[in-house]
This record gives sequence, structure tokens and C-alpha cells, in this order.
Amino acid sequence: MVHGNSKSTLNIAVASNFVSPMKKLIDLFAIKSSTPIKLSVGSSGSLHAQIVNGAPFELFFSADQEKPSSLVAANLASKKHQHTYAIGRLVLWSSKNNIDPHELLLAGSFTKLALANPEVAPYGEAAVSVLRSLRLYEKYRGRQVQGQNIAQTYLYTSSGNAQLGFISASQNEEPRGSTWNIPSSLYQPIKQDVVLINKADNSKIAIQFLEFIKSNEAKAIIMHYGYGIASGT
Amino acid sequence: MGLSDSDLTAIMLTIRLATTVTVLLVLLGTPLAWWLARTNSFLRAPIGAITTLPLVLPPTVIGFYLLVALGPQSPAAELLIFLGVGPLPFTFTGLVIASMIYSLPFVIQPLQNAFSDLDEQSLEAATTLGAGSLDRFFSVVLPLSKQGFFVAAILGFAHTIGEFGVVLMIGGNIPGETQVVSTQIYTYVESLDYESANKLSAIMLIFSLAILLPLYAVQNRSLGSLVAPWPKRD
Repeated sequence: MVHGNSKSTLNIAVASNFVSPMKKLIDLFAIKSSTPIKLSVGSSGSLHAQIVNGAPFELFFSADQEKPSSLVAANLASKKHQHTYAIGRLVLWSSKNNIDPHELLLAGSFTKLALANPEVAPYGEAAVSVLRSLRLYEKYRGRQVQGQNIAQTYLYTSSGNAQLGFISASQNEEPRGSTWNIPSSLYQPIKQDVVLINKADNSKIAIQFLEFIKSNEAKAIIMHYGYGIASGT
Repeated sequence: MGLSDSDLTAIMLTIRLATTVTVLLVLLGTPLAWWLARTNSFLRAPIGAITTLPLVLPPTVIGFYLLVALGPQSPAAELLIFLGVGPLPFTFTGLVIASMIYSLPFVIQPLQNAFSDLDEQSLEAATTLGAGSLDRFFSVVLPLSKQGFFVAAILGFAHTIGEFGVVLMIGGNIPGETQVVSTQIYTYVESLDYESANKLSAIMLIFSLAILLPLYAVQNRSLGSLVAPWPKRD
């Protein structure tokens, strides 16, 4: 890194589930603006801890609402510039083709079931809700393996170490394997918020980027990756 | 200060893991270190380099390769299932094997250094007196290199206690099976529970320091050279 963050750079922190659409969004934004953008990827929890300890980010795209709100409550981020940029969709996925993950889950035909750690990852929390709604949580407790985030959960499942995994719809970008699109009635919507960090060096361009995220062309990209969009933004 | 049940489980598991790994590594590492210290074979350089590799590789690389190499689609996994060992990721046995790879150089280097420092004359004297190679090992080599074993065991244990990246990759965060102290701390940090993270981190810090202290408390020049976990230049 050369001399930290220069005045003319936009530093964005993004939760790992949203990396692919974020890269597309940045490509599109680059056509409109000459400001270079630096992307830092991590789990929402690590990024939050880094921001609390002075990490030089202008924008924080979290995988939940809780962490941006906690930054606002601590006067580290701006309430005025917090909104839901995407609503995550949970799917049950297997790397094998032509099978029905839903049926396998109900029948218990698997040895390991991967989900993200519900204590830290909203997608893990949603997975637990689904299992509880289906009254399968206690039954499969001994067969659960937890990734520390949704990216690791995907790795467990794609490597075949877990036969089934609860992942984000956005992760299976070029559809392969088999997917069960879980009805949204089985879990609370995974609202993902972005927030402007107060100490931002480059808040003007950051606010431009926030406006761009709300544009229809940006929304189209976000939806293309399997996310929902909150009504009214 | 109260520790939760899951903290206690993680602490006990971590100690069990480090103990198992240290015992196995010292047992299996001794012949390898002996060979590395005494051989003139052309294989010495490549095998020495391979055993030192875990020292420089990021743990995530080791964990990632193990996860993929031991995954059910790999030939290694088929062999293991054939041998009745079963799939290794997400199990305690899997963690033991991964940790043995991860901590290997920390056990091998001190042993190897101790063995190359051995006085040739005592070895030859023992042979002249008719000692067999096993006898010679237990009555001459072992007493002369006991400091090397001491250092190897402490470094192997301490390094395994501090393991994180590998466990994160192949562990699966299962309480009592693969959820160790370091991953538990990570979970606390990620869930913004900094107080619990602080508590466990402080315990880890004090415990690790207490393990390392005897290493430096013993005032001995030769011990100092053994602690250096890189190949010694002769």
C-alpha cells in the first residue's frame, strides 16, 4: 500500500456474499467517475471490528442491518446515509447435478449439512430458521458443519465434504449442481444495509456511489445476482 | 470471571488436541529428524525443505488443500474410507492430522539440531562397547539430546494451541470436536461480543506465555540455538 488512502480514492468494505455483484457495480460506476475504488472483502463482523478501530473505509456494505445500525449508534456512521441495498436469498444447494436437495433434506439422505455459523452470519441464522420451521433442527444437529461465513460454507459444499449446504443464491452465479429455492416464508428476510462512515475522507464521492446503488441499472445488476430489492428505496 | 460451558469445552478440546499432536509428532518425528541430521543422501535437501514448508505456508493454504485433498471426490479419501478411517474433514482425527502437518517443523528442527550436535565419539564408544542401535539410542542419544526433546515438545504444543487458519478451513466449528479456543475467539469477535473475546484471549496469552517461559528460564547456550526454528548453519 502506498501512503494509506489518498484523498482521491474511494474505499469500500463489502461482506463476502456481495463481492461478485459489487465488482460489476464498480465496473459500471467507473464509466461515470474517474475516482479509483479500493475494495476490501471480509465478513461483516471483521469489517465492523476494523471500522470501530479506525479502518479507512468510506462505505460499509454489510450482510445484515445490525452491524451498520450499531455503527450509527456509536456515532461512527451516518443514519441519514444508511439504506437496504439488497435482500439476500437463501438456497439449499448440492454440487451434484439432477438431484432434489429439498427431498434429500427431508429424507435425511446426507452425512453432513453445511451452514454458516448462525452466531456471526445472517445467512446462518436464516438457515437455522428454515431448519426450525421444518422441525429438523434438533434432528440434524449432529450432522451440521459450520463455515465461519457464507463463502466458507460454499467451499464445504462445492468440495463435496458436505453433501448439502445453505448458501446465498448469489453464490451460484453460473448455475451448477442442484438448488432448492427456499420459500421466503421459512425465514426472516436477510436485509443487507450499507452505511456511510462518518470519518470518511472522501464522502462526496461516497454519496455519489450510494445514489448510484439506488439507480435502476444498479438494481438490475443486484437482482441479476439473485438478490431482492427493498421496496421504497 | 465466568467462562461459558462452550468456552470450557473449547479449552479442554484445545489442550487434548495439542497433547495428542505433540506426543505423536515427537514419536514419529524422531526417526525423521535423526535421518535428516545424519544422512548424506541426496534426498536430504528436498525432504528437509518439505518438512520446513508448513513454517512458511499460510495455514489457509494447508487447510484449503487438506479440505480439497481429503474431500469425498479425492483418491486419498477413497483410500482412507477403504482403510476404515472415514472422511476426515470436520472430525477430531482430521484436526490431529492437519495439526501434525502444521506443527511438524517446530518439532523436527530442534530434534534435528540436537542430533547433529551429538558428539561422534560417545556414539562410537557405545558401538565399540557392543551396544545395538536401539540400546545406543536409549542409553546415549536420548540423554544427550533431552534438551532437544524438551524444546521440540514445548514448541510443538504451543504452536498447536495457537493454530487457527487450518482449523477454520477444515474444522466446521463443531463443539467438543473441532471448536477450539482460537476459532471460538474469532466467533466472539465476529459476533461483536468483544468482552468474551477479551476474556478468552487473555487466557490464551497467559497460558502461551507460561508454556514458553521454561524454554527461556533454563539458562543454557545450546538450548538457545535449539529454539531457533530454522535450519542451523554449520
